[in-house]
This record gives sequence, C-alpha cells and structure tokens, in this order.
Amino acid sequence: MIRAGGWLLAVAALTLPFWLQSPYHVHVAIMAGIFGVLAMSLNLLLGYTGQLSLGHAAFFGIGAYASALLTLKLEWSFWPALAVAVALAGIAGFFIGRLALKLRGAYFVLVTISFAGVISLISVNWIELTNGPLGLPGVPAPELGPWSLRTKTAYYYLVLAAVALSYLVCRRLVRSRIGRALVALRENEALAESIGVDVTHYLVLAAVVSAAMAGLGGSLYAHYTRFVSPEVFLFTYTVTMVIMVVAGGKGTLAGPLVGAVLFTALPEALRAAASWQWQMLAYGVVLVLLVFLLPRGIVPRLGETLAGRHSAAAVAPAARH
Amino acid sequence: MAELLQHLLNGLVLGGTYALLGIGLTLIFGLMNVVNFAHGEFYTLGAYVCFAALALAGADFFVALVAAIVVGAALGWLCEVTLLRPLRNESIDTTMLVMIGLWIAMQNAELLGWGGVAKSIPHPFPTAPLVLGPVAIAPLRLFVLALAAALIVASWLLIQKTKLGRAMRATFQDRDTAALMGVGISRIHAATFAFGSGLAAAAGALLGPIFLVYPSMGDLASLKAFSVVILGGLGNLPGATLGGLLLGVAEELGAGYISSGYRDAVGFVIIILVLLFRPSGLFARQERIA
Repeated sequence: MIRAGGWLLAVAALTLPFWLQSPYHVHVAIMAGIFGVLAMSLNLLLGYTGQLSLGHAAFFGIGAYASALLTLKLEWSFWPALAVAVALAGIAGFFIGRLALKLRGAYFVLVTISFAGVISLISVNWIELTNGPLGLPGVPAPELGPWSLRTKTAYYYLVLAAVALSYLVCRRLVRSRIGRALVALRENEALAESIGVDVTHYLVLAAVVSAAMAGLGGSLYAHYTRFVSPEVFLFTYTVTMVIMVVAGGKGTLAGPLVGAVLFTALPEALRAAASWQWQMLAYGVVLVLLVFLLPRGIVPRLGETLAGRHSAAAVAPAARH
Repeated sequence: MAELLQHLLNGLVLGGTYALLGIGLTLIFGLMNVVNFAHGEFYTLGAYVCFAALALAGADFFVALVAAIVVGAALGWLCEVTLLRPLRNESIDTTMLVMIGLWIAMQNAELLGWGGVAKSIPHPFPTAPLVLGPVAIAPLRLFVLALAAALIVASWLLIQKTKLGRAMRATFQDRDTAALMGVGISRIHAATFAFGSGLAAAAGALLGPIFLVYPSMGDLASLKAFSVVILGGLGNLPGATLGGLLLGVAEELGAGYISSGYRDAVGFVIIILVLLFRPSGLFARQERIA
C-alpha cells in the first residue's frame, strides 16, 4: 500500500505543472522543492547523527555564491558551476565534520553558528569579490543543451530532478551499512565504537554529503531567483530548515519532504492574512508546540496511526524508517 | 600609546556588559544543562524596558535599570516554569529546540510591538567626555562600567555567600545528591534562570543608551555571551568575567587595528579557536561553578 502511495505521489509530482493554474503556484512548488533538498540535507545530520547544525545556511550560501560567481565572473555554464558549487560546499562540510569529531551537542551547534557568522561577514565585507550587501544581480538561467530552463515549468523539473536525486542519495546512504552505523552512533556512541564503528569516518561522511546537498540547494536557488546577496546567510533559512525537519520527522526519509511542502505552502497561503513578522512569530510558537505535542514529527506519528488501524501491516512503516 | 589605552578603556566598557551576559548564560548552561539561545532576547527586553522607562515614563536611570532587571527576571522565571520545567528530563537537544523557538517568538513579538526602526535611549548624562590623562571617556560609559562591575560583584556574593548560592553550587556539582540533601531542584532551576535572565536584561539596559535599540540586537548578544562562556569555561564565574572583558577588549582592538567590518567576527573566531584547541575554556582547570 505504501509503495502504491509512493508511485501515486511520484506521478502527481511529475504532472504537477499541468494541474497548477498560475505561475505563482509553480513558483511555490519550486521553492518547496529547493527547501526539500535543504531539509533532507539537514536531516542527514540532525536526524541520523543527532548533531544539530545551526550554520546550515552557510553551506546553502556557499553553493549560491560559488555558482553565481562562476557563471557571472568566469562565464562558466550552469552545469560545471553547479558541480563546483556542490563540491565547495562539501569541502566546507568536511572541515566542519572534522570539528564534529571533538565536539558534540551544544558545542557543535556553536561552531556551526560561528562558521556561518564568519562566512556571512566575509560576504558583506569582501566587496571586490561579492559586491558586498548589494549582492550579485543577473545570475544566468541554466541551459540544457539547446533549451533554456528559464521558464518556471522547466525549472520545476530541474528542481524535481534534484529532489529525486537527493532523496535517492539519502535512501541509499541510510539503508546501507553507513546509515546503520550513523544510527548506532546516535543511539549509543560508546557501544557503537566498541563493536568497531569508526566514529570519525562516518560523522565526516555525513557532514560532507549533507553540506554538498545544501550547496546543491544554494546553486538551484541562485539560478532560480537570478540574484545572490548576503541575505542567503540569514538565520531564517536555517530555522526554516530545522522546523521542516522537526515537524516532518527527523530521522525519517519522507519527513523532511513533508515538512518542506507544508512549511512552504502554509506561509504562502497565510501571506495575505498575516504579515511576515506574524509568520515568524508563529514559526517560533510552532517550534515550541511541536516539541511538546509532536516530538517525533508528522511522518512517524502518521506511521503509528496507520499501523494502529491496520494491525496486520503494523511493522511495515516502522521498519521502513 | 594613547590610542591603545583608549581602545583598552572602550573595550573594558563593552567587556563589563559582556561579562554580565556571560555570567547569566554560564550559570544557566552549567547548572541546568540548557543551551539558552533566547538569552539575547532578555538582553533586548532589558534595553526596551529601559527605553520605555526613560523615554515614555520619564523615569530616573537607576529606576529604569532596576525595572529592566525585575522584568527580565520575572519573564525568565515564567519561561522556566512553563517551558523548561516539563522538559527537565528530556535531552539537551529538545530543550535547545524550545529555546530556539522562544528566541524567534520573542524577537518577532518585539518587532511587532516596537517596530523595526532603531531607537535611541535618552540618558541624563552630559555628552562632553571626561579627560583622564591620555584617554577620554563619556560619563555615561564610565557609569555603565561602574554599574556592570557592581552587578558582577553582587552576583559573585550571591553565589558565594548566600544560602541560595550554596544550593546552586551544590546542584551544579551533582543534581541528584543535592536533591537528596533537600535542595529544591525546581526552585533552584527557576531561580537560576530568572537570575541569568535578569543579568542579561541589565546588560541590555546598560548598553542600550550607548548604542541603539532594535529588535534583532539580541542575536549578536547571544553569540557574544556564548563566546564568553566558552572562553571562561562552563559554569566558571570568574572565567566568564575575565572572558567578557577579554572579548570586549579583543573586539575593540580588532575594530581599531584590523577592520571595523569584522568587529563581530572576533567572537565567532574565538568560539571556533577555543573549542578547537581548549574546549574546557582558557581559565578552567576543570568544569566548576563559582
């Protein structure tokens, strides 16, 4: 049943632009996809290793700036720029991952925040490279062979491909020996180490993949909005990712995507009713309420509910995640 | 030379308030094991209470400062009782998420209440600087430095000399044993959070008149408080005091001799370097309180 649901969702995602009436709705779908990539990226660390990165906007911003600078200043085309942006974010993730060897919990959070703070200050102050607070306008739209991906519908499919790729990478990682090692580390590090799990290796690996995925999201964002400024490092982006992961269900494959769709569509729907400040205020309150009411997130809760109703299939959703 | 002395003096003024921020955070972090990302919001709250008391109610500066401390401590107490007490046995990550939620909610509530435009707090001091040998200092800054020092001494006396302080130290060392010996852990946690929040509000009320008051001012204050805690070592009160002064001076020197654009990077770099090379803090032989 779950498999059939998955196929149904895939078909719905593939045909979505034909269902949506206005370009504005396609825009919301694109943003949901970009945030889906970002939330899956954060979930690799928060959900599977238990380490909260509050500097995730840094990897997102590095991807966005690298991609924008390579296409604008060196006039590279989109695809190699995307690859280098992903690689650079991954390298940054490698360094942060090395720190995670020594630091856990609150200290890891602080290092990631500080890292994002330094990178953000550099983007504001290194005016020769980044154009400072004014940002870099005119980032070119990507091209695929003879076609330009300038239209919203075309870009939607590009983002959808990125979401699918990220999902498959996460699934491959999580269901392999690596994923089991990460969960073992999260649950009981001393025990995992004693049976031969190489802590260093796996934490760095998770950080690199997570950062590279955030870089992918950043590059997609830059070429979609066609503009990059130090605002990409805003803490709001990181907070949004955290809420998406926590609400959807950390440590589940589908959770971040559910959270991303929900928390992109909901603010857009509320935009007419409430100003941005009210939305941010609501974000804070929602985060607090989630911890109290839905500590494990929507997807695990749904799994439990389904399991309760169909007791024969009770194990399936639980075993899946 | 005169320039260096001037930077050092300005750094001490900043550093005194950073120390207040750091002392509050190091107690909350060390004693309650809560990563209080909302700490900077109590700093912002203190600045706005000070603004309201001085600009709107026309109160005396001392009254404004006391009002800021009382309001900050009261709200801190309320937050501890409603948000943290039910989660006391949860992991550090869970409470951290709640504090991040509180941070965002408080900041945007302030944005809605006061608007995004920065406000300057009127203060009763003359603006002409006092010249002391090679250096000059505005009377307001001197006053801020003196009050920060007084509050630091008062905090130290509270921790070292009172019954409440002894209970706090016992809880820090071993919560379960302290509870067995009859220390009311709930009361100590609430008191610690209220005390820390009151100090943060005091720091906001002291720095508010020197700089401007705006809703997102707490973000940097939180990070600076964390740098101070990391510099001084967890739960280390003299460490937080020295760490605060050191951070203030380092920032002034960095802004004066390197680039003012990177002033706020000093704190970030300190966090990264200290955690990399001396995770227990610069002054700590071991983690301890007081």
